[in-house]
Amino acid sequence: MALASDTRPLAAEVAAFLTRRARWSVPEIAFWALALASIWLFPAKHLILTEICIWAMFALSLDLILGYAGVISLGHAAFFGLGAYSAGLIGKYGFIPEPVLALVASGLIAAAVGFATSFLVLRGSDLTRLMVTFGVALVLGEIANKFSDITGGADGLQGVEIGPVFGKFRFDLFGHVGYVYALTVLFLMFVVARRVVRSPFGLSLQAIKGNSLRSSAVGIAVNWRLVAIYTLAAGYAGLAGAVLAQTQAFASLEMFSIERSADVLLILIIGGTGYLYGGLIGALIYRLAQDYLSDLSARYWQYWIGFVLIMMVLFGRVYGGILAGAIIAATIWFKLETGTAFALTGGTLLVLGVVREPIVKWIALREQQAVAAMRRMRARLRLGAVTGADDAGRA
Amino acid sequence: MLTILFDGVAYGMLLFVLACGLSVTLGLMNFVNLAHGSFAMAGGYVTVVLVNRWGVPFLLGLPLAFLAGAALGALLERTLYVNVYAKSHLDQVLFTIGLVFMSVAGVDYIMGSSQQFVNIPAWLEGQINVGGVGIGRYRLMIIVLCGLLTLALQLILAKTRFGSRLRAAVDDQRVARGLGINVGAVFGLTFAFGSGLAALGGALGAQILGLDPIFPLKYLIYFLIVVTVGGTSSITGPFVASILLGIGDVAGKYYVPTLSAFVIYSIMIVMLLWRPQGLFSRASSR
Repeated sequence: MALASDTRPLAAEVAAFLTRRARWSVPEIAFWALALASIWLFPAKHLILTEICIWAMFALSLDLILGYAGVISLGHAAFFGLGAYSAGLIGKYGFIPEPVLALVASGLIAAAVGFATSFLVLRGSDLTRLMVTFGVALVLGEIANKFSDITGGADGLQGVEIGPVFGKFRFDLFGHVGYVYALTVLFLMFVVARRVVRSPFGLSLQAIKGNSLRSSAVGIAVNWRLVAIYTLAAGYAGLAGAVLAQTQAFASLEMFSIERSADVLLILIIGGTGYLYGGLIGALIYRLAQDYLSDLSARYWQYWIGFVLIMMVLFGRVYGGILAGAIIAATIWFKLETGTAFALTGGTLLVLGVVREPIVKWIALREQQAVAAMRRMRARLRLGAVTGADDAGRA
Repeated sequence: MLTILFDGVAYGMLLFVLACGLSVTLGLMNFVNLAHGSFAMAGGYVTVVLVNRWGVPFLLGLPLAFLAGAALGALLERTLYVNVYAKSHLDQVLFTIGLVFMSVAGVDYIMGSSQQFVNIPAWLEGQINVGGVGIGRYRLMIIVLCGLLTLALQLILAKTRFGSRLRAAVDDQRVARGLGINVGAVFGLTFAFGSGLAALGGALGAQILGLDPIFPLKYLIYFLIVVTVGGTSSITGPFVASILLGIGDVAGKYYVPTLSAFVIYSIMIVMLLWRPQGLFSRASSR
């Protein structure tokens, strides 16, 4: 029916399809209602919630390029740090006393640098992209380090003064204003991102991710689309960094580090790529887990990050994550000393690597059985109806 | 001037030994192994423990470091890496970054976060003068050793049966498999050998590059530059890229110390704009 000779019905159908795609569903509305309610529900947790919001913005930004355009970045922290330092410097030297304007300015600076470097990122293969993104982060970190008389160098940017939002609401010590501010920014960023990825432009990005050669064959300007989304994502990462600098009145070199780039990658992977909520959910899980596992978080936190990453690759995002979480919980439960925990989990990893094949097959089998059982149950519930008998027969 | 050139060549040779294993594994399986530096670090620490604590002679420590790295590489390849070859690049990046983080934290726990030095024998310290040019003995040894290694590698690749199998597998895996070459075994061996070379490079480089737990992250960008600029189709490409990078980096540190960190990145950017597919890559790449 879509192949009607007249193009008008087709255009109408496309429009209807896009409208349908763009509609807000009930779970989505519930999600944001809950987020809004958290302002009053958890007033004592506003500091950590602010951090979650910032991680969520950052992961959202990565999702735009990784989940939708398929660009792997090893240095997304470049723009996060850039945004943080921009906002920090603007605050410190009082260029723009109003935080919202300063935030927009920081985002624009990050987007401009993202635009300038996007041409490098577009060149070559995944490996080249890894190198370039990583290199850009290193260069920016090095610049912040070298101009220490302006940026404070290794000590971080101190003495940042952030004025009241809209000239009225001053950031307070308990983070109440900060949380409302961060949540609002996150929501606005999310709405824009949602609009972008559900537009024809967003669809074309997914086409590029699927097969860039074929996309260019059907008339998609692959390079310009990638430049556009990379610039937007860089601006988003800059906004995230700027909000961090504004709410904490501080910026440090660590914000450019590969650890931060890897953390945000992990957050996005935990939540899942390509549906925008992944970064938000991942940030929530990651930060709460970090808070809960504060015994581990101090010096050897990286070890457990690495462990979770490997498990998620070996056994899939969901099962690997659960398995890794269970193993880490067990090491805490038995109060294992760090060295013992390292040795045991490392050994477990080697063994799991060897027996991975059968485990993965077993999981797949169980999954099939569960799906079949669910179908049978649904059929039984609808017993008597024609469709029910049909379903049962198929199962 | 000549001293800088000399130091740069030594540095570049070292980078080549560190990174050549990576370029081969990358070309062979299209596998992005960001954890390559971890094997180099392992070699460095093995040498530190052997030489400093157990009093093993330095020259004996080097081959032992190679063996340790190769054994570690073989172990991890057989248990963990084999699961990841068929996965997407994103998964490979996540997996190997995970390995890097685990190794960094693990080494930090066992050996502490401070920088380690290998006690090198007295006859390797100091400089000798050749026609008015001061030449560090240790660096001279590195050049000789790495030069010999490079020659040996080239010979192995060009003349031996294993070398021809490896080249066949790199060129076209499916056809090689069809001809009865056990690509998996070739790859496992190459991976172990490449890890061993990285470990040897780490052992040799502990003195020059500095050895601490963040070594794999600190030098990751260098490895990536070597393989992307040099390409993965031969060892000549990575070799030339390493030497250029080494000279560029040393010269940058000497002439413009405040901007030294930017020199290699500028080189990288120029290279990318000029030849996005690498210096020596052939037209047909997967």
